Amino acid sequence: MNSEITAIILEALNDIESDIPLIEDQIDETPLYGAQGILDSLDLVNLIVAIESMINDKLNFVITLADEKAMSQKRSPFQSVGSLAQYIDDIMQEHTNG
Amino acid sequence: MGDMPVMIITGTRKGIGEHLAHHYLGKGFVVVGCSRGGSSIDNEYYKHFSLDVSNEKEVSNMLSYVRNNYSRLDVLINNAGIASMNHSLLTPIHTAERILSTNVIGSFLLMRESVKLMLPHKYGRIINFTTFAVPFKLEGEAVYAASKAAVESLTEVLSREYARYGITVNAVAPPAIKTDLIKGVPRQKMESLLNRQSIHRYGTVEDVSNVIDFYIQPESDMVTGQIVYLGGV
Repeated sequence: MNSEITAIILEALNDIESDIPLIEDQIDETPLYGAQGILDSLDLVNLIVAIESMINDKLNFVITLADEKAMSQKRSPFQSVGSLAQYIDDIMQEHTNG
Repeated sequence: MGDMPVMIITGTRKGIGEHLAHHYLGKGFVVVGCSRGGSSIDNEYYKHFSLDVSNEKEVSNMLSYVRNNYSRLDVLINNAGIASMNHSLLTPIHTAERILSTNVIGSFLLMRESVKLMLPHKYGRIINFTTFAVPFKLEGEAVYAASKAAVESLTEVLSREYARYGITVNAVAPPAIKTDLIKGVPRQKMESLLNRQSIHRYGTVEDVSNVIDFYIQPESDMVTGQIVYLGGV
């Protein structure tokens, strides 16, 4: 599932024309938002909207990424491609198990 | 149905919301409506959801339906609202919470989720509902007026946040209209209210749809962050 989510994140990044440099072997480490991040807050808004929409379309799952948990975590899930993919995976697992 | 513009109207079971649903169905919109209860509208281009506008999951599911079935949303009309006309000392905290939850959180949630559908098309029109109780500072409507003052703030701030996406956000305050909202208000009080309006008579639901027609027409793309108080304050 995680690689499917990573693919969605990359497609969304492409859609919002973020021009983020991706390193082939270390895509998970690609910084998104925060101290090392390349996205500004408006890019992040566009990225979240694009990802939520793709998850709805491709995985048939309704998700809200900017929830309480995401906004209150010490390590923001929006820091990197890997942390965001993991966060989305966690939400979906929680929903499936709960 | 693919080319028809799509509109969400909250609070369509009765009153102004029901009128607006019929009005815009007549103008060729697909209307997605909602209320706490069932639907009073039977039309092939109308889809109803029974939900609480302050419930995040229920609202997300309705927007997901719009995304999956129409892939677009042109207009959001945040009409759903509740009032409680009472002295503050006679207002239970649960009533205050319910008013704030429906009027403020409900409007905010609908806007946040709707913009996600409007943003990719760089087009959208959002209409919120406020009341003359805000500028008139009406006694006996403290929580209701406070909730609508918050809606006015949301209208003004979000008009700025969404401007770059071609989305306008405006509000309308209906004049005194004979709807359920004021059925418990004494006649004498209503008459003194009408006297405070610049135009001293009851308005109609058509007065409200007239302002919304103006807000949502494509030519109104420079009109945002505005509040029209019908009847004049």
